[in-house]
Amino acid sequence: MHQLNGMTGALIGSAIVAIAILTAPLYVDLFQIMQLTVFAAMAVLALSLGFIWGYGGILCFGQTSFFGLGAYAYAVAAINFGDSTPAIALAILIPVIFAALLGYFMIYGGISDVYLGVITLTVSLILFNLVNSTAGDFYKIGDARLGGFNGIPGVPTFNLPGNSGYILSPEQAWMVTGIALILVYLGLRVLIASSFGRIIIAIRENETRAALLGYDPRIYKLITFMIGGAIAGFAGALYVNWGAFVSPTIFALGLSAQIIIWVIIGGRGTLIGPVIGCLLLQWLVTEIGAQQALDANFILGAILIVFVLLVPKGIAPTLRDLVMARLARDKPMTADTTTVKVKT
Amino acid sequence: MNVPLLQTSGLTIRFGGVTAVDQVDFTLEEAELRCLIGPNGAGKSTFFKLLTGQLRPTEGHVHLRGRDISGARPHEIARQGVGIKTQVPNVFNAMTVQDNLWIAARHKHTPAFATDLTDKILTDLRLTQIANKEVGQLAHGQRQWVEIGTVLAGEPELILLDEPAAGMTHEEVERTADLIQEINKSRALVVVEHDMQFIKMIAKTVTVLHQGAVLIEDDVARVLEDARVRDVYLGKGLAA
Amino acid sequence: MDIAIIVGLDVVSGIASLVLISAGLAVIFGMMKIINLAHGEFLMLGAYATVLSVSAGVNIWIAMLVIAPVFVGLVGVIVERCLIRFLYGRLVDSMLATWGLSLVIVGGTTMIFGNTIVGVSSPLGGFQVGAYQSSLYTPFLALMALLLMTAVFVVMRYTRAGLIARAVMQNPDMAATLGVNPARVYMATFGIGAAMSGLAGGLLAPIAGVVPTMGAAFIAKAFITVVGGGTSILWGLISASGLFGFINQIAAFLTTPVFGEVILFIAAVILIRMLPTGISGRFFKGRL
Repeated sequence: MHQLNGMTGALIGSAIVAIAILTAPLYVDLFQIMQLTVFAAMAVLALSLGFIWGYGGILCFGQTSFFGLGAYAYAVAAINFGDSTPAIALAILIPVIFAALLGYFMIYGGISDVYLGVITLTVSLILFNLVNSTAGDFYKIGDARLGGFNGIPGVPTFNLPGNSGYILSPEQAWMVTGIALILVYLGLRVLIASSFGRIIIAIRENETRAALLGYDPRIYKLITFMIGGAIAGFAGALYVNWGAFVSPTIFALGLSAQIIIWVIIGGRGTLIGPVIGCLLLQWLVTEIGAQQALDANFILGAILIVFVLLVPKGIAPTLRDLVMARLARDKPMTADTTTVKVKT
Repeated sequence: MNVPLLQTSGLTIRFGGVTAVDQVDFTLEEAELRCLIGPNGAGKSTFFKLLTGQLRPTEGHVHLRGRDISGARPHEIARQGVGIKTQVPNVFNAMTVQDNLWIAARHKHTPAFATDLTDKILTDLRLTQIANKEVGQLAHGQRQWVEIGTVLAGEPELILLDEPAAGMTHEEVERTADLIQEINKSRALVVVEHDMQFIKMIAKTVTVLHQGAVLIEDDVARVLEDARVRDVYLGKGLAA
Repeated sequence: MDIAIIVGLDVVSGIASLVLISAGLAVIFGMMKIINLAHGEFLMLGAYATVLSVSAGVNIWIAMLVIAPVFVGLVGVIVERCLIRFLYGRLVDSMLATWGLSLVIVGGTTMIFGNTIVGVSSPLGGFQVGAYQSSLYTPFLALMALLLMTAVFVVMRYTRAGLIARAVMQNPDMAATLGVNPARVYMATFGIGAAMSGLAGGLLAPIAGVVPTMGAAFIAKAFITVVGGGTSILWGLISASGLFGFINQIAAFLTTPVFGEVILFIAAVILIRMLPTGISGRFFKGRL
């Protein structure tokens, strides 16, 4: 019952945000619209990690791998097809296949969290080196030259489905990105409330118990990992659509770290937290970029350390706990709240 | 000749140089209630882990209704109808009591039916009061009941209970004994327990494990009088 | 024939460099079961310590072999005392904290020294194999890797510190039964691991471009080596370095260094599918 109420809240909130997104071009200038577009694309990426880590318990340090693969898949496909619709499909499909392969080896191998984090991070490092080395005519897929360190410029941006001549304006691209963010958010909310969602949370809580009830934790984790890959790949397409450009820095260590920081400061185990964390950090990084004295890495690292030490749950769950504690105090004690608490 | 529900033959597991379960031949008939006792370290919990696939046997086999399940993974064995309450409560801590049971019931049933089954078991086990509490916040005895409820919600045909009465009050222990006899009307159980009063309440046939091997298997009265059992087990001050 | 010698030398140097760049990481992982994500930055600090010492007039051998490990070792102890010790028992949080530390060190170094490449010239000349030219620095690195492994073996096998280390690797609670404060063991572990990373960074200074972000170039291989090797410090490190160094160099010789790394990674992923606790988790269980 309370889940339904939560869902209603999410729908109302989403509707308000959707109205704000659709009307934003009326009172926000183009430069800011562009800024918000990339923030929203990154927020979709934040949701992908927020989902697999916060709900699936999968510690992926290299979510940029799927983001970058999605971005490159989109760029290469859009250049070859001259139409963004199949390119978006490939930007989702290729990361999913990659996640399935990588996830199979890791999850069915039964490796620990620590190993999984390190291996996924290593994947992003190696993809960075690999794509970086693709300079020259030899490395081209169809009409698309991968361009090595220089990346791929001039990527066709989104067009109307079925009409590749109608290219979306920056304002329309913003609306598409913003609405995509809301839809991914709501989609994940529905997924988490579904049987599948409840089962993956149960597996996160106690894998042994879930297995002893007949659930195969490996397949659930693999599917979760693949859904994360799909969303991250989609975010990659949104990102390329924003800048019409992709380069290997999309795989760089700095971005991997940022995604983790978004989720950490926003809070694991919520969806809104990673989005908030992402928007805050994006804004902060933009601000830092405008001055010379402090290095962005330095600030980001310090933020990560402070949160791990002092606010390990992140902003959203900490706020929620504070509100809950306040509510509980205001409510009269009922008989069943006097149960002895045990530390687990 | 009818096939027994559960049969192990020469079941053995070694950790390094230690043989934790040693050539155990164990047979359980349909709808039987068996108690498994033995001093600490006798291999009871390890035996359960072998039956449920949490450990792979070094040697020997486990047959469930004639099917060889030795070396199968825990979820595969669970799907064959084996449910276990482990020694340390194995529950979903951050979830409510209701959700714990629902997850178990959902494996076989539709969401709506799972909800109904959950409600029924919550009522049967008198857990309705705490249905919306997080399991991590409950006392040890209550967590035991939640886990028993979770096992029942999975509707297994063979139920393994590892120390179900541990940490319970006297009244709760009696309820647990009643519950076990109720379950036993339709399903088979193997119960590991230390509490001799509890064993006397429920037991018919008792198997005694000692140093990983079966020491004796007989009617409860005869087992409790057996000199060897006294030596290895009751002699250690537990007779009182 | 000459080409065989050169490829053979490449394989040896590939293995040796894996040993060197992974040793510090392996020590911390073996003892504390966490991967130090600031490992690349420890290497970088060792390289900077060497470059700066040399430009201040210090002999390059002293800079590489003494100053770099001592300096980074001290950094490691400080990091353990100020950061890691608050996160005992929280493996994932410990790793995240070291990741934050990595960013702080990269950012701090960039603010102080700028994002430009500095370096020192190699202290050793070259030698000739038929038509091929090779650097004497390569066999020197192999010698250093050998000496480092010998030192680890001797310390682990024959000293009290080694006994404690072995006990902790088996079971972290065992340190207490030996009458040792676990906090001191972890502080020493982090210090020694960091010192090894500093030494590796110092040795890399003459052959790598020294920049604040240089660590990223080495950590992928170090991570793969340590994950593939498992938690046994000595045998895990040696077996994984041997296997991966061989695969990497042969693959790099046949394709490009970047594809060599990709093939190395694929080999490692297949390996952990079969041996999820690494080579040592299977074959050297409970060994050094």
